[in-house]
Amino acid sequence: MRICVPKEVATNENRVAATPDSALSLQQLGFEVWIESDAGRAAGFLDESYAKAGVTVMGDPRKIWDEADIVLKVRAPDRHPSAGFHEAELIRSGQTLVGFLWPAQNPDLLEQLARRGANALAIDAVPRISRAQKLDALSSMANIAGYRAVIEAAHHFGRLFTGQVTAAGKVAPAKVLVIGAGVAGLAAIGTAGSMGAIVRAFDTRPEVKEQVKSMGAEFLLLDFDEEGSGTGGYAKVMSDEFVQAEMELFRAQAREVDIIITTALIPGKPAPELITSDMVRSMRPGSVIVDLAAEQGGNCSLTQPEKVVTDGDVQIIGYTDLPSRMAAQSSQLYASNLRHLLVELCPEGNGTIALNMEDEVIRAVTVVHEGKITWPPPTPKTVLSATDRRETPDTTAPALPVAPPAPTARQRAITTFVGMSIGILAILGLGAVAPASFMAHFIVFVLAIFVGWQVVWNVTPALHTPLMSVTNAISGIIVIGALLQTTSSSFFVLGLAAFSIFIASINVSGGFLVTQRMLRMFRKEN
Amino acid sequence: MSAGIISSAYIVASVLFILSLGGLSHPESARRGNIFGMAGMAIAIVVTVFSRQAGHYPIIISMMAVGGAIGTAVARRVEMTAVPQLVALLHSLVGLAAVLVGVANYLDPAIEHQGVEQTIHAIEIYLGVLIGAVTFTGSVAAFGKLQALISSSPLLIPGRHFFNIAIGIVCIFLGYQFVSAGHVPGGLFPLLFMTALAMVFGLHMVLAIGGADMPVVISMLNSYSGWAAAATGFMLSNDLLIVTGALVGSSGAILSYIMCRAMNRRFVAVILGGFGTTGGKAAVTPQGEVNVFTGQETALLLQSSKSVVVVPGYGMAVAHAQHSVSDMMKTLRDNGVNARFAIHPVAGRMPGHMNVLLAEAKVPYDIVLEMDEINLDLPATDVVLVIGANDIVNPSAQEEPDSPIAGMPVLEVWKAETVVVLKRSMATGYAGVDNPLFYRDNTRMLFGDAKNSIDEVLKNL
Repeated sequence: MRICVPKEVATNENRVAATPDSALSLQQLGFEVWIESDAGRAAGFLDESYAKAGVTVMGDPRKIWDEADIVLKVRAPDRHPSAGFHEAELIRSGQTLVGFLWPAQNPDLLEQLARRGANALAIDAVPRISRAQKLDALSSMANIAGYRAVIEAAHHFGRLFTGQVTAAGKVAPAKVLVIGAGVAGLAAIGTAGSMGAIVRAFDTRPEVKEQVKSMGAEFLLLDFDEEGSGTGGYAKVMSDEFVQAEMELFRAQAREVDIIITTALIPGKPAPELITSDMVRSMRPGSVIVDLAAEQGGNCSLTQPEKVVTDGDVQIIGYTDLPSRMAAQSSQLYASNLRHLLVELCPEGNGTIALNMEDEVIRAVTVVHEGKITWPPPTPKTVLSATDRRETPDTTAPALPVAPPAPTARQRAITTFVGMSIGILAILGLGAVAPASFMAHFIVFVLAIFVGWQVVWNVTPALHTPLMSVTNAISGIIVIGALLQTTSSSFFVLGLAAFSIFIASINVSGGFLVTQRMLRMFRKEN
Repeated sequence: MSAGIISSAYIVASVLFILSLGGLSHPESARRGNIFGMAGMAIAIVVTVFSRQAGHYPIIISMMAVGGAIGTAVARRVEMTAVPQLVALLHSLVGLAAVLVGVANYLDPAIEHQGVEQTIHAIEIYLGVLIGAVTFTGSVAAFGKLQALISSSPLLIPGRHFFNIAIGIVCIFLGYQFVSAGHVPGGLFPLLFMTALAMVFGLHMVLAIGGADMPVVISMLNSYSGWAAAATGFMLSNDLLIVTGALVGSSGAILSYIMCRAMNRRFVAVILGGFGTTGGKAAVTPQGEVNVFTGQETALLLQSSKSVVVVPGYGMAVAHAQHSVSDMMKTLRDNGVNARFAIHPVAGRMPGHMNVLLAEAKVPYDIVLEMDEINLDLPATDVVLVIGANDIVNPSAQEEPDSPIAGMPVLEVWKAETVVVLKRSMATGYAGVDNPLFYRDNTRMLFGDAKNSIDEVLKNL
């Protein structure tokens, strides 16, 4: 099958859906790859590089669409600025379109694609399960957006992020508040933290607290009992009381922090308004707000999409193309996500794709299948943290049926009592028949066992091997037994004793010396 | 020398032995403890030699000199990876000495007892020889397995439990005959026949136990060698032997208990042997792809991390990789990485085996942590490097109730950001259980000999 990659038509879109590297891998899967001339130029991938990777470079955008079996795009189909066609008009039956299609926001597009009998895969609809993480382009892009948001903030912020004490005086560190600890939020936390800022973060989902802390930020807590976790690991709409408490927290923080980065989104809904104009005005002069939710209406009431606005002395950045501003990096990650998707679609590596609707991941991304709209998919069953890159680790060990139920204190007491009674009776019984000379030794024996028991429990596990070798050497004390037989009149007994002395001596000297050698190696760090 | 001086010398020796074990509670006091032990042993031997009960000094001195020289030479030369074998071999000597002393005591015409004392004395001899014989051949078998002279997989002859029970019954019967026969030579045949049977039993018992259960086996033999010495002490009415034997016996028993608990298995189940051959079928076979890593990628990963934990296992000992690992950790620590070791109680072939290997490679003991100390830190760790370990890092111990190793305490390495597993192949560990860790998303496999792999990593650091 032929994979074609047209140049993105949207203004300010610098990304491209395939890189020379990913194109090479796609060819290894058995596909033929075509690319429109200059498609990768804005991201720093030149036509020559694609040609070198065995890709056919095409000048004519129409031809790219006509000859394709599979079209890889970044943005949803749009009107071509110069050639005078709408990309969706070029799709025909049997073709498969892959890209950020946003099925919830673009019902008309889905309808149009369905009418034309095509297949459409929305890469933004990848379910958040661990198997599909390598396809999760939303996370890849959010990660970059979070990073870039901090860079943009730093660019517009007139001061340093890191606190310093210089010869010229003291510089206070910048304080950054990140609202929403999803993938973008966490990336922003990490970036701001590594630049030296003091980072605080807030999220309605309590389960992200540990992730925030692991990134080195302070997690702001609300004194309010309501969980914000919805299905699929995304946030949900909160109650009025909760929002009230939340707004109070932001109002207090706005007066303190220098930079606010908002990433709060609820799937299929306009972005919640969290930073009101009076909060903006309470911020210190020179402060910066970066609104990553600008495209969905913005978390700040003053945000204007695609623009930087200045309100008083506070700048509000509403760029919606942050990943595109780092086109080389985001193209590379996006192309890699698409490559993984094609590996899933073409498991045999024979250059043809099959949309296996039984597969949970493929089912979810397929929004139009052979001319029928198949969106939304059946609800996912597993709820996983939206930001976790791994499967959520189980903090509580599952109950193990093989393990016997722990005995109650009462049962334990009874067992101990019975055991001790038997022990005491046994010793009394022994005393009744054994002569006094034996009992004297027996007392010593029992006491020595108890002393040994007490002493050995204190031995540190690191020294268990020396413990074994030293007890081994000490058990060479049996040499005493052999020595006591050396006065025997029997020549045979003497021979046995002599041999016993010989082997026990090996034991004593070998055991002690090897212990000494081992112990000498244990040392502390300087 | 008067009996009073001998007794007080024995008291001093006993106290010194107790202090010697007590010193092992910390590495700093351990060396002093060992010197106490040596002093105790020297006092005990010197006093006994000069007592009226010892004679034939030329024989005593020559035997001690030759034996001591051999012991010294072995202790100097032995490699630290071979310490388990050495300990097993030394245990066998104690066992053999107990047998010989017991038989000699029985044959010694000078010793006469009457009535109940005679019966008790006979039982003491019989028990001393029995335990000594089991210790002797059991330790020889353990030595053979550890030295790889014989296969470390369990030897399972059909009807082995029945075989053991039969030996036990015959030994009890022979014991009855021995006690009732009284003086030489009537009891000699039952005694020698029992010795032979006990030796067969010791050999068979250890052969049926697989390689990774060796920590339990060695601790158990350690304990037996103590009980053998204590039984000899009863036989000779010598309190020093009784005290020392009891100390060693309880020490070995505690170690066996600790090792069993670390594997979540019962002592009896370990001794019955055969583990790792029947289990495994109930567990879910993990599926998925493994992510393979190169030494260079591992080095890059380590360089970009802040905290690293290395989990060594028997594979590190086999590959003699401890020095390379130590160099790698030193490089990482010099670069400001918080690099530490995590030791599972049953890693290796005897209790504390890994600690000794790392100490040999000049790893400071304060960065070598125990399982309980490190498990809480693992979720905040960037990279865990598992070197030649398998069952002790298997998540199915916690997640699959049907797994043969379910409930065994394990190092929770999968909670770390990334786990790199150094392994020769995808083969299962000792327990015969597949390890789902290898298929996790945050796991990378670095295949090859542990030493070569670590050297490769080190080269790229």
